[in-house]
Amino acid sequence: MSHLAIGPVLLPFLAGLVLLLGERWPLAWQRALGLAATAGLWPLALSLLAAVADRGYQVYALGDWPPPFGIVLVADRLSALMVTLTAILALFALLYASRGTDAAGRHFHSLFQLQLFGLNGAFLTGDLFNLFVFFEVLLIASYALLLYGGGAARTRAGLHYVVLNLVGSSLFLIAAGLLYGVTGTLNLADLAVRVAALAPEDTALVRAGGLLLLVVFALKGALLPLHFWLPAAYCSASAPVAALFAVMTKVGVYAIIRVYTLVFGAGAGTLAGLAEAWLWPLALGTLMMGAVGVLGSRNLRRVAAYLVVISVGTLLAGVGLGTAPGLAASLYYLLHTTLLTGGLFLLADVIGRQRGEAGDALDPGVPFPHPLPPGLLFFGAAVAAAGMPPLSGYLGKLLLLQAALAAGQARWLWPVVLGGGLLTLMALGRAGSTLFWRRAPGPVADAAPPDAVALAAAGALILTSPLLAVLAGPVIALAQATAAQLADPASYVAAVLGSRVRP
Amino acid sequence: MEALVAIVIGVLTTCGVYLLLRERTYPVVLGLTLLSYAVNLFLFVTGRLVSGAPPVIAAGVRGHADPLPQALVLTAIVIGFAMTAFVVILALRARADLGSDHVDGGPQAAEERR
Repeated sequence: MSHLAIGPVLLPFLAGLVLLLGERWPLAWQRALGLAATAGLWPLALSLLAAVADRGYQVYALGDWPPPFGIVLVADRLSALMVTLTAILALFALLYASRGTDAAGRHFHSLFQLQLFGLNGAFLTGDLFNLFVFFEVLLIASYALLLYGGGAARTRAGLHYVVLNLVGSSLFLIAAGLLYGVTGTLNLADLAVRVAALAPEDTALVRAGGLLLLVVFALKGALLPLHFWLPAAYCSASAPVAALFAVMTKVGVYAIIRVYTLVFGAGAGTLAGLAEAWLWPLALGTLMMGAVGVLGSRNLRRVAAYLVVISVGTLLAGVGLGTAPGLAASLYYLLHTTLLTGGLFLLADVIGRQRGEAGDALDPGVPFPHPLPPGLLFFGAAVAAAGMPPLSGYLGKLLLLQAALAAGQARWLWPVVLGGGLLTLMALGRAGSTLFWRRAPGPVADAAPPDAVALAAAGALILTSPLLAVLAGPVIALAQATAAQLADPASYVAAVLGSRVRP
Repeated sequence: MEALVAIVIGVLTTCGVYLLLRERTYPVVLGLTLLSYAVNLFLFVTGRLVSGAPPVIAAGVRGHADPLPQALVLTAIVIGFAMTAFVVILALRARADLGSDHVDGGPQAAEERR
């Protein structure tokens, strides 16, 4: 049994604990350790990605208790992809945070590592209750990170965020209890087997449990009626935290893909396709709400927050198609949008610091002395976010439109995605011209040039968009292989439960 | 017995949801607590209600109490406890920072937002 699958969970956990003990160390040491641990996730995540591609599922039975009795970690292509994405985003967010954000209080680096521990655990676990536990780990770290630095706006947004997520946790437990009460298992692979062989009189309870889970995941992922917490929370968090939160909504998306392709997938009899019927209209609605929100935003960070809402809508529309090409398009778009919105949050902070009093509000401000580097980055980010050629947003949307055409749903998806893109383009164009060109009378602000490392961190995340466009061939092949693996839940079940028979 | 437990869970949930929808933070925290009690009870009975049965399979005994929900409930209680402690502190801090215990920060804060 290879120990590779537990690596991305253990490393941030241990680093977080050491940092907790070292709370009185000089900040430079904490930064070095935090950055080293986050950079250490890269080789782990990439080797996991390679191992999954070469040798298939990596099943890790904790304590060597055989599944379904013990708890397993399962790395498949989707998990490895999400872990890799998190590692990339986290390193640049932490790099940005190390330029001053982390000095606002204690424990920033420890909390950051524990957040990564929760994220990686949620992506790798093969057990429903363990998914709940890792959700709680990442949530409690995110509560503290959201409130990091203090202030009235953060407290107000934090209170809403915490209460909503506590209600979500209660619903998660009810759903897990319902599924356990009927099927007698919490292992996802075993659940898939039991749900497929369900007695007709039990389906109603399992359906209720499955749809309750959808509510929980939709809350984490900010799907239509449950997305109102997101803009306020993401706007009030400090920039690197907001950037890391770009992957938090994707945990909800990941959980939806995992549970509804595996447990309620094609083999689930009368319960097959439980979520898709709900996901499709809600995702399109989310997309529209997000586009309207972008247009109505009055500062750049709120624009970025609504771009996260749009991205969730677009992603889940691809999932809601219920076809492998739709899923592949979503996965490619997921890579693009997570890194890009993360970069945009960082860039908004860079620009806000340059403009002095006006901050990142979309009002004319006094001219600022170093507009060129952030301006060029903003232009690139806007082109990518609006889905204009030649960057990755365009390719992602094109794949999605093609998948919708093949699935016969083009008349719903095309107008919403293209109309949403147009509104995004208008909003970003207006934001850019207001921030960089419209001048209020007054002398040039005497802001220092933007911090080179902070600008590089934001730039690196935004430049992943041209990189994803250049490497589109291999990345799309990876997304298609991932979607193909998800379309075959039987292989997942065989990999997990088959490992019961050990040589 | 089953009916009694079901009614208790239902009443706890109802009260919890009602309190959650109040406008002051203290009732909201109480509502969350009641809701988590209801959830813990619910989780506990997913292993079915039996009394006097052994928790592990023993020779010559038919039927046993399911130990797994009990372990789950313990985990849920610990997590729920920590979260309640956190939200109490957060509510106190909101009262100090926002000058009001209204969940939206009071009429003054609502005015500022506009």
